[in-house]
Amino acid sequence: MENLRSERIAAIVGVAESDLGVTPGKNVLQLQAQAAKAALADAGFEKEEVDAIFTAGNWAWSPNLMLAEYLGIQPKYTDGTNIGGSSFESHVGHAVAGIRAGLFDVALITYGSTQRSDQSRNRPTPVVQLTDQYERPFGLPLTVGAYALAAMRHMHLYGTTSEQLAEIAVATRKWATLNEKAFKREPIEIKDVLESRMIAEPLHLLDCCLVTDGGGAVIVASARAAARAKKKPVWILGHGETHTHQSIVNMPDLTVTGARESGKRAFEMAGVTHDEIDVAEIYDSFTITVLLTLEALGFCQPGEGGAFVSGQRTAPGGDFPMNTNGGGLSYCHPGMYGIFLLIEAARQLRGECGARQVENARLAVVNGTGGVLSSTSTLILGRD
Amino acid sequence: MAGQFPKPLIDTDSRPYWEGLERQELRIQQCDDCHRHIFYPRLLCPHCFSDHVSWTQASGRGQIYSFTVVHKAFGPFAEQAPFVVAIVELEEGVRMMTRIVGERETIQIGASVQVLYEKVEEDLVLPYFEVIRT
Repeated sequence: MENLRSERIAAIVGVAESDLGVTPGKNVLQLQAQAAKAALADAGFEKEEVDAIFTAGNWAWSPNLMLAEYLGIQPKYTDGTNIGGSSFESHVGHAVAGIRAGLFDVALITYGSTQRSDQSRNRPTPVVQLTDQYERPFGLPLTVGAYALAAMRHMHLYGTTSEQLAEIAVATRKWATLNEKAFKREPIEIKDVLESRMIAEPLHLLDCCLVTDGGGAVIVASARAAARAKKKPVWILGHGETHTHQSIVNMPDLTVTGARESGKRAFEMAGVTHDEIDVAEIYDSFTITVLLTLEALGFCQPGEGGAFVSGQRTAPGGDFPMNTNGGGLSYCHPGMYGIFLLIEAARQLRGECGARQVENARLAVVNGTGGVLSSTSTLILGRD
Repeated sequence: MAGQFPKPLIDTDSRPYWEGLERQELRIQQCDDCHRHIFYPRLLCPHCFSDHVSWTQASGRGQIYSFTVVHKAFGPFAEQAPFVVAIVELEEGVRMMTRIVGERETIQIGASVQVLYEKVEEDLVLPYFEVIRT
């Protein structure tokens, strides 16, 4: 990677999941503790080396305080940035900035959720305040309804079809069949997606991510600390982030996500081009999320996303390996999926993925999306 | 779980808007300095950051920017499904979330729509829209 302009400031040196799927015996702190301990072991680091804490969630008034106390960590740097599912890509970017500034050496990033066991999604709140009051009374189911509005407009403008969206779900499921940790592993075909129950037109049940429990952890280390890690460093070469709106009504263009800006900055920082990318981990809360992101990141032109994903191009054996763990659509989705994109990208670059390993993967793009296409955070990761 | 209807908690930004709907008026804001229209209501103009903003009455006409037919709804909306939620772009250039009522076949992106005032609760009127011929 001699052609890279990006400096080797920091690297991912440890990753781990907690128990995934349905974890009725575990709470959000236990899941994160389990993942944190495993990620530290993966790196070969001790808990005492962690000097920065990053987490995001809606499970406590102040998740950082509760988590760090539970783990017995008194950090010298803390960041609770919460921009939805892309928070963890931002945490990695912020960790690089903090390390570059010399503020700390080893950051622990965690996420955990028991949403499936809690059935906590879509619980109606009787009183709505602030800017929610102009929308909630109309009954749009969040988040799927917002993504449906985006999908409908993309179809209207470009002739994108439900079959093209289904290509994404089918390809992602093929990857899941190769991942023993994936929640859904039985193969599906395009007609299965099209014949699955309509949730919010044009999105069917199989266009939607899973609802699971689960947790994950990522260890980011300075170049100096990474040198003593057990695993080879996965360098953080580029990062970009932005948010464009909070509610879907206020999205400037329903078919263009902020990845157009966050991705551009990440690629420029890393000094790499799109055709150098070996593996893509793209937040797949819904099939439309992936299609819009591929366009916004510049892998194809606006309106060409449907054609881009056709012919199972993103499936195992295709020329654009994407969401190689089975994604939020088939592997795991505990509300905020972003940390799992990082875990899979790191494993692919370390060559640890067994049956689903992308041959000679050296560069990965990771793009998190949060809210209702509201926030995006992009990373370029690479190995030596 | 049936759940209660999610009623707006009216504040000093939103009071003129909600009171307007009670009187069958669709009120939005306009910036006195850059003259652009503003929705939802707020203390300052999100375009030029002027805090000279005034209330005006919208024409109530616009176009469907996007829509979805909701088949799986939650809480108090569960029994209403299927229903159409849309984003409408008003003639004044602002967008708002709404419901579209009427024949499903007439509802499409770009269709012209006109506001109507739907009393959904004893003390709550919402702006819904219907497709009109142009």
